[in-house]
Amino acid sequence: MSELKRTPLHAAHLNAGARMAPFAGWRMPVAYGSQIDEHHAVRRAAGMFDVSHMTIVDAAGPGAKAYLQRILANDVARLDRRRGSAHCTALYSCMLDERGGILDDLIVYRFADDSYRLIVNAGTRDKDLAWLEDQLAGFDLDLTERKDLAMIAVQGPEARRAVAPLVPNGADVGALPPFTAAGAGGWLLARTGYTGEDGLEIMLPEQRAESFWEALREHGVVPCGLGARDTLRLEAGMNLYGQDMDESVTPLECGLKWTVDFGGDRAFTGRPALEERLRAGALRVQAGLILEGRGVLRSGYPVASPAGEGVVTSGTFSPTLGRAIALARVPPGTGNPCHVFIRGRKLPVRVVKPPFVRNGSILVDLEPTD
Amino acid sequence: MSDIPENLKYTRDHEWIAETGDGTAAVGITDHAQEALGDLVFVELPEMHRDVETGDVCAVVESVKAASDVYSPVAGNISEVNLALDDSPELVNADPYGEGWLFRLTPASPADLEELLDAQAYQRVLAEMDE
Repeated sequence: MSELKRTPLHAAHLNAGARMAPFAGWRMPVAYGSQIDEHHAVRRAAGMFDVSHMTIVDAAGPGAKAYLQRILANDVARLDRRRGSAHCTALYSCMLDERGGILDDLIVYRFADDSYRLIVNAGTRDKDLAWLEDQLAGFDLDLTERKDLAMIAVQGPEARRAVAPLVPNGADVGALPPFTAAGAGGWLLARTGYTGEDGLEIMLPEQRAESFWEALREHGVVPCGLGARDTLRLEAGMNLYGQDMDESVTPLECGLKWTVDFGGDRAFTGRPALEERLRAGALRVQAGLILEGRGVLRSGYPVASPAGEGVVTSGTFSPTLGRAIALARVPPGTGNPCHVFIRGRKLPVRVVKPPFVRNGSILVDLEPTD
Repeated sequence: MSDIPENLKYTRDHEWIAETGDGTAAVGITDHAQEALGDLVFVELPEMHRDVETGDVCAVVESVKAASDVYSPVAGNISEVNLALDDSPELVNADPYGEGWLFRLTPASPADLEELLDAQAYQRVLAEMDE
C-alpha cells in the first residue's frame, strides 16, 4: 500500500486535535470534536473544510471550449451567456463514458473562451486524468494539474462575511453572485459549495493555506471534518461519487438529469446512450427517504414499496432534522407506503423529494400529511 | 488518551463489564470505542429476559458515521436495559462507564468474568492496535 498523502494543512489538523483517517489516498480529518456540532456550525454560522485533496486541472488553449463541450454532459457554452457578471462563471456537470455511465462529477470554471478549470474528485484522480488525456486527440489545448494549489471551503450564512477581510485586495466576495468566482493574487474565490449553505470554495497557493486557515479560525470559523461534510451534503440532497453514482449509473438514474444539456445537436460523449435510455424509460430513479421511527439509515439497506425493490445509496442521521435520512435508487413510481429493511426488520420510511435542507431551512414534511 | 478504569473487566471488542453487587453485571462500551465511533445517535438495546451466550450480538450502537455490534462479554440473562439511551444516546459519549451503560445481565457463571481482560491487558490491546 502506498503512503497516504498529506495536505498543506496536515499540521494544522493535528494541532487542532483532529481524528484523522485515510480517504481516497489522503490522510484527512474526520472530525475535530463532535461532528454534529461541526454540522450545526455550518448551518447556523460558518465552518471550514480542507478540500485540498481534490484534483484541480486547468484546461487552456484554442480548443478548450470544444473539448469540454465534447466530454461534459452539461454545456460550457452556458457559461458564456452568463458573462455579463464580469466574473468567472461556474457549472456543475457529469463526465460520461460512451455508455452514459458517470466517470465523475465536477465543477468547471470559465476564465475565458480558451481557459477553464476543472475540479474533480480525489478518489477518481488517476482514472480522470487518464480519460482527459485520452480525449485530447483532435483538440488544441493543454491540461495542467495544479498541485501547487490548496483548497479550502468556507460554508455557512456567515461564511462570506468572515472571509471578506482576509483575502487579497481586489476580490469582493460580498458582491460575488452564486456560481461565479473572482480571482486575485493567484487566488480563486468561488461562490460554490457542497453543503446547501451560502459560502465559498477558495483555491490558493499552498504556502498560504495554513496562515489563511488560522486567520479564519481567529474569526470564529469552525474547522469541520469529512464527517460533517457528508451529513451536510446528504441533507442538501447532493450525490457523492462512488456511493450515489458511478460508472454503472447514468445521470437519469441518480437525480442529475437537470445537469445534462440535450439542447441543440451537441455531440457529447454518452449522448446516444442517454437518449436510448430516455426512449426506453428509466429503470431506476433517485428518491429521498426519511425513517419514520428511531434508527439510522445506511448505504446498502434494501427498500421495498408496491412499485418494487430498491436500495439505499447514502444514509445517515440528519442533525438538522433529528431523524435518519437517505438517498435511494428505486423503481419509477415509488411512493408511500415504503419500507426499509434494517437488520432484517421492516421499518416504515417516507418518500420525499430531496433536498431535505437548504440555507438552514427544513424543506420536507417531517410528519405525514395524509 | 483513552480512560480505562481499574475496577472493570474488558473484551477485545471494546466492551466493559462490572459486577454491581446484587448478582448482576452492567455492560457498556469503552471510552476508546465511543471515541472511535463519534457522536452516537441511536442505541438498539437487547430484549429483557433474553438468554445470551458469550459473544452474542445483543445491542447495536450507531453513530452518525457507523453502526457497531455490541457482544455479550459473558453468558447470562438480560435483567435490565438503560432506557435513558432511547432519548439520550449521547450519554454513551459523555459517560461511557457511568450513565452510558447499555444493559445488565445475570451471569450464568460469575466465574466467567474472571476470564476477561483486566485494565492492563485491555491497555495492551489498544497499544497493539496503534502499531
